[in-house]
Amino acid sequence: MPKKKQETEKSADSERIVLTTQEEKTPAEPAQAKPAKTEIVTPSESIIPVEPTIKRPEGMSRETAEGITRHVFKQVKSVLFGLLSPKMIKKMASAKIVTPELYDKEGYPVDGGLMDIRLGVIDPGLRCKTCGSKLKECIGHFGYVELARPVVHLKFVPVIYLILKSTCGSCGRILVPQEKHEKFKTFLERIEREEGIEARRKAIKQVIESLKTTNKCPHCKAKQIKVKIEKPTSFVEDDRRIMPVEVRARLERVPDQDCELFGLNPVVARPEWMILTVLAIPPVTVRPSITLETGERSEDDLTHKLGDIVRINQRLFENINAGAPEIIIEDLWDLLQYHVTTFFDNNVPQLPPARHRSGQPLKTITERIKSKEGRIRHNLAGKRTNFCARTVISPDPMIRINEVGVPRIIAMKLTVPEIVNDWNMAYLKKFVNKGPGEYPGANYIIRPDGKKKKITEETKEAALEELQPGYVVERHLLDGDISIFNRQPSLHRMSMMCHRVKVLPGRTLRLNPAVCAPYNADFDGDEMNLHIPQSEEGRAEAELLMEVQTQIVSPKFGISVIGCTQDGISGNYLLTRFLTLQRKEAIELLATVGITDFSRLPRKETITGTELFSLILPEDFHYTGKLKDGSMLVIKEGKILEGFIDSKAIGGDGEGLMLRSLHKQYGPKNIITILNNISRLGIETLLRHGFTASSADVDLVVEAKDKVKAVLDQAEQDSQELIKKFHDGSLELLPSRTLPETLELCLMERLNKARNMCGEIVNAYAKNPKENQTLLMVRSGARASVLSLVQMGAMVGQQALRGKRVDKGYKNRTLSCFKPGDLSPAARGFVANTFKSGLNPKEFFFCSMAGRDSLMDTALRTPKSGYLYRRLANAMQDLRVEYDNTVRDAAGRIIQFEYGEDGVDVAKSESGKIDVQRVIDQV
Amino acid sequence: MHPELKEYEDKMPAKLLEELEEKCPASKLKRAAVKLYEEYCNSRIESGEAVGLVSAESIGEPGTQMTLDTFHFAGVHELNVTMGLPRLIEILDGRKEVSTPLMEVFLKNPYNKGKDLRELALQIKETLVGEVVAEYTTNIVDLQLEVHLKKDRVKELGLTSGAVGKSIEKAIKGIKLSNSGDTLEISMKNRDKHSLNELHKLKESIKEVYLQGIKGIKQALPVKRKEEFVIVTAGSNLKKILEMDFVDTERTTTNDIYEIAAVLGIEAARQAVIDEATKVMEMQGLDVDIRHLMLVADTMCVSGEVKGITRYGVVSEKASVLARASFETPIKHVINAALVGETDPLTSVVENVMLNQPVPIGTGLPGLISKEEPHGKKD
Repeated sequence: MPKKKQETEKSADSERIVLTTQEEKTPAEPAQAKPAKTEIVTPSESIIPVEPTIKRPEGMSRETAEGITRHVFKQVKSVLFGLLSPKMIKKMASAKIVTPELYDKEGYPVDGGLMDIRLGVIDPGLRCKTCGSKLKECIGHFGYVELARPVVHLKFVPVIYLILKSTCGSCGRILVPQEKHEKFKTFLERIEREEGIEARRKAIKQVIESLKTTNKCPHCKAKQIKVKIEKPTSFVEDDRRIMPVEVRARLERVPDQDCELFGLNPVVARPEWMILTVLAIPPVTVRPSITLETGERSEDDLTHKLGDIVRINQRLFENINAGAPEIIIEDLWDLLQYHVTTFFDNNVPQLPPARHRSGQPLKTITERIKSKEGRIRHNLAGKRTNFCARTVISPDPMIRINEVGVPRIIAMKLTVPEIVNDWNMAYLKKFVNKGPGEYPGANYIIRPDGKKKKITEETKEAALEELQPGYVVERHLLDGDISIFNRQPSLHRMSMMCHRVKVLPGRTLRLNPAVCAPYNADFDGDEMNLHIPQSEEGRAEAELLMEVQTQIVSPKFGISVIGCTQDGISGNYLLTRFLTLQRKEAIELLATVGITDFSRLPRKETITGTELFSLILPEDFHYTGKLKDGSMLVIKEGKILEGFIDSKAIGGDGEGLMLRSLHKQYGPKNIITILNNISRLGIETLLRHGFTASSADVDLVVEAKDKVKAVLDQAEQDSQELIKKFHDGSLELLPSRTLPETLELCLMERLNKARNMCGEIVNAYAKNPKENQTLLMVRSGARASVLSLVQMGAMVGQQALRGKRVDKGYKNRTLSCFKPGDLSPAARGFVANTFKSGLNPKEFFFCSMAGRDSLMDTALRTPKSGYLYRRLANAMQDLRVEYDNTVRDAAGRIIQFEYGEDGVDVAKSESGKIDVQRVIDQV
Repeated sequence: MHPELKEYEDKMPAKLLEELEEKCPASKLKRAAVKLYEEYCNSRIESGEAVGLVSAESIGEPGTQMTLDTFHFAGVHELNVTMGLPRLIEILDGRKEVSTPLMEVFLKNPYNKGKDLRELALQIKETLVGEVVAEYTTNIVDLQLEVHLKKDRVKELGLTSGAVGKSIEKAIKGIKLSNSGDTLEISMKNRDKHSLNELHKLKESIKEVYLQGIKGIKQALPVKRKEEFVIVTAGSNLKKILEMDFVDTERTTTNDIYEIAAVLGIEAARQAVIDEATKVMEMQGLDVDIRHLMLVADTMCVSGEVKGITRYGVVSEKASVLARASFETPIKHVINAALVGETDPLTSVVENVMLNQPVPIGTGLPGLISKEEPHGKKD
């Protein structure tokens, strides 16, 4: 079957492959399309010699004489691509198809029909006549049809055309004088090396055209007639059509050495094989029929198409034998060509697509393979797994950062296989005893021969009896089991991390809000996936390479992506900046967080927040860093000496520099505890202290309000002045800008300045975050920004559409309530009200316009960046660091001599650098 | 270099050693060097690491956060430059045509302090006749085109009306041109072409006649950057600009990567890819480590010429048929592979995923060879 890579054939014996390659060397053979041949290497040959059998899929367990299961793994070493010769097609076929009928009256497949059971079985109960196996065991076998007249294979038309054009019509030699062959060959090889096979073909055409001055074959001196192509599949010479038979005869005459000039490898691809004389019939397993509810059978599109081919082929045979007039035969021949063409590709521009009776186009081979939903990207490169779960997520700050809360219902469906041995027998029997309905129980036991047995109330006793070393028990999920947690789109490696299972009541998956950032998750209905690795290797890799604590530092920039969020930040900010606690309170708070060692707590009655926080830090921790407001945070010997905690110290997503430093010095194991404690401390603080944002928080004092008003008035006045200047032409032009452009630029700048000034006013008057908790959120970096405060308290500001002021809507005006040509701020989307005071209808409309604009931007950007990402990933996926520290691609080409010029792993560096100063300080 | 650091010369990057020598007091130097070496070894990348994919993720993920907002001022109010996602796509695609070509021309000493700045800018800028024309009048009676020149503009450019006329005569064949002061009178030589229609066509082509300056430079604007003046140009022609003797050839750049590759070679082009991509990232306030951009730039430039991350560029050079087929146009790749009789060595990732085999990357890379005792012999 053309183009269908036959992975299914992997286990075919290598002998046959040797045989076939030899056969194909006889070039006179008639032929056709092209599957891949597969070499098989058995590295484990020395362990257990397996005789290659078709029945046994690779990697299957195999019982040795001792009765112990051993695994046999075969590995495909390489895949060779080539065309199938007609001889090869016949050789690999197990049935010759002669009739378009599918089933007889009893509904049994007809011998020699398209559903012949020698081609494999798709009905339960039947046995394959070729290999003797049942449904699902038999991988299917090819058949063939002898075509009454040869037809052209659509996908090779360009190559056939090139060969016809460039070779002599009578002797078949390439139209290049013998003495120039060598030069020509080196020239073409250079082109192919530099620009690829396609460029090579183009170059052949050009060279031949430039040589064609004589119109005479340089070898046999025959006169040459120009061959033309009549799309899609016919060739014409001097208005006379060259039928495929003749095309084939000409291609046969091309000697092997000339084939090589065309870039063909005559061993695997003789040109005449591109004209089909026999057609390989794909196995029925490739085109299974489905039985409808009514009991009717519905055949696959490919079967329909093959039916057409066989039917017309038979008719053609009959007509030829009956000596029908040439015109009828040619018509049928063309029809056969059409069917074979659409069998390969039903989307040929010049042909009407073959359709179902309902009018829907058939999905034939090309459509099956290509595009995102095709075989390659959908089935081969995209894999699916068992043992996974998906539901809505919700937050739980009480579980640890590296845990995931799993609903009990899920924990009773997902299982972990455990191999029974003498030491864990009693332990595993407990699970079997509980069965599948009670937690923690077990769902299946697997016998050493691979037979899977379901545990039910009835079989429980027998299963307990039967259990012995070597059996496998699939027990329910327990706390501490390893799982892989994922949220789509999986844009970076932190989108899939390993979490420990924590079985909880409820129906949602729970995660600590601190890991929201790397997953980009929120709880507005997001769903996430959970996978349970089933092998010891899988679990080990997940634990060592994917666990949350190993992923804290992003390889994107070498800063931590996991850190405290929201309450975790604002709580710690409040605590370290403003609070002083009674000793008793402090101890209670720490105890809730999980600290039991109070020896480092200062021996006094009142404890400040910073002193309390310092207890969480390791005793020998030193850190100096900037905070959000520009002041310094100084930590010496695990004590905060100066400053307080905010998002620049403990935040996630590239913010928490103190966390980065902790991670570097104390390693992933400790950081997880520290981060957990910090986060819990913040939350517990807020729980005790209370935290309320009120609408009064965004009110400005009268003085500030007046200032804002003055700013607004001034902006309005200046704008009017600019507009006036614009109208009387006295506005000074910016270089190479038109007058309206200049005005827009000036106005935008002026209005932006107004908003910035408002920001400064709000900033200056909002002084006391302790009293104003909305402000506290802003100052701590937990949520919102000064801009949000300005929009709520002072003014919303200019709404932009496509980076400009609003200028769309009606002719010369944005809304019908404005005068045409009104350029004033209010008429072009400037919103002077605040979100709290409320917008007027015009302002509201402008805000909606800006909102829609940003929505559109997002919608347009996602597919663009997605495609860029796919291309990058595809181009670079096989680059790796070799043992000699060079970066190489799959072909072994050196891309870099040393990764990133210094060999430093970004995830192990501190924002891409090694901190020399810290090393010096430590010595 | 300090003698204490000699032994580390080949073991650590020179940059690190320099920093150490600079910051560390001599008394501690030896101990610090030992410690730093340890730290460096711990920070090294491990063999088998899938650096390519990590880089792709690190660039692809922020891509989703970028704005589509195309234009930004290149430090000057007058010039728009494509930025954001479209520009990043443009760089990585390896497009030959840049949507907004731009150059930064640095100047040599007396000029970068402001000497003759405007004159230099005018010298660089490509001037067409259209710019110096005040008005065109068509004399219908004589079928003649009268071109009135802007006097001051012509003078400013250091030209005369005669020179303008010569340029026109040189560029357009078959015309008669007479010069009277600031007006050029032009008529067709060929009698058959005496028609209003032809005159109109003539007018249009006169507008496009090249007068002086460097071809391709649409605008040249002097800008103050920190302590010195530079000329920012819209349009790019690196080769010609570098030939000007007042230009600081070391720092002058363009944002056209192909031009850099052609004029300065592939290593310069690689650096240009890195610089341009970094610029885009910084503009958007995104933090991506430079190593990732380096790796992308290196993949684009290994072959010796700039290749885009597209099916015609980098992807088409892959060794594996299946890997190429899994990207785009699978049928084409499989057909061509069959004709050539290509062998897929299964050395990269996707093919092995397709065949359900371990991928030769990361933990899939190391193999273990062991001799197994004949079974049952042990005890």
